[in-house]
Amino acid sequence: MLHTINKSPFENGTMETCFRFLQPGDPVLFIEDGVYAVQAGNRFAEKIRAVMESNPVYALSPDLEARGIDRLDEGVSTVDYQGFVSLVEKHQVNSWL
Amino acid sequence: MNIGILLKEGPYNHQASDTAYKFAEAAIAMGHKVDAVFLYNDGVTNVTKLSDPPQDDRNIGARWSELSRKHGVEVLACIAASKRRGIADEILIEGSGITGLGTLTDIAIRNDRLVTFGD
Amino acid sequence: MGDTNIRKIMHVLRHAPHGTIYTYEGLEMILIMAAYEQDLSVAFIGDGVYALKKGQETGGIGIKGFAKTFMALDGYDVEKLYVDRASLEERGLTEEDLLVDVEVMDSSGIGRLMAAQDVVIHH
Repeated sequence: MLHTINKSPFENGTMETCFRFLQPGDPVLFIEDGVYAVQAGNRFAEKIRAVMESNPVYALSPDLEARGIDRLDEGVSTVDYQGFVSLVEKHQVNSWL
Repeated sequence: MNIGILLKEGPYNHQASDTAYKFAEAAIAMGHKVDAVFLYNDGVTNVTKLSDPPQDDRNIGARWSELSRKHGVEVLACIAASKRRGIADEILIEGSGITGLGTLTDIAIRNDRLVTFGD
Repeated sequence: MGDTNIRKIMHVLRHAPHGTIYTYEGLEMILIMAAYEQDLSVAFIGDGVYALKKGQETGGIGIKGFAKTFMALDGYDVEKLYVDRASLEERGLTEEDLLVDVEVMDSSGIGRLMAAQDVVIHH
């Protein structure tokens, strides 16, 4: 199951809530304000790294670009909207609004 | 793949309507069928033709109309949510309609995916 | 996905009631979907657990109360109600504080149920 997160983790607990329900192997995709989670050097780096031990982590590139985020935590992949659709082809979707 | 979209937030206030549109556009470009965009909560305000954004901004309602016209995507607002928010047949953008939550259930059943966007 | 048209649909209530409309309109959606004989379940996570809190009196805020509607879900054959244990505990609540019979589960258990769904809708 693909989990999408669209909230900044600095203002909202959605990311941390979502992480508790992940199954091993489930991909996580950060979109909209969610992408602030994976900016390199922020205080969530350790949490992201821990999740990446069992789950692939993606961020939506147009949302990163729109927010001027160019340095990502190591291991985070970027996808465009078509990449988002490709993830949806492979997985049912769980949008953590 | 057949895809239904559930959009739960109004336009402009939140990026959800933009992301939903970009996602639908990409899915169609890749050869998938986007069956319907169902509007719920404040999402129903996506389809008022009274919206009149500045010329240099995107027109979110017009974008939905175009998606409906070009690609046969049904753009449907929930009737109960619409009544609360003053959305009625007289003010709908072209290509949109008002329907019940039973239709959303049908959309969830008949498509391979239901993808939600919102706040 | 099974070989029938029965879909496994989970509604996830994550907002407190009254402060926003998400819980109320979520409940309206659940009640309609219940008529379609799908495999429905409802999970209460985060502030969503407050929707089930006993003793809600909304007269003073001028908003129609709907807590008791959760008690009617059983009559609509919506019997799979799951509450996230950690969400309950971190709010200082126990099962005794809730209006309806629910299954209190660890997040790993609810996570496994989520993973088996065809559709998940957050409210």
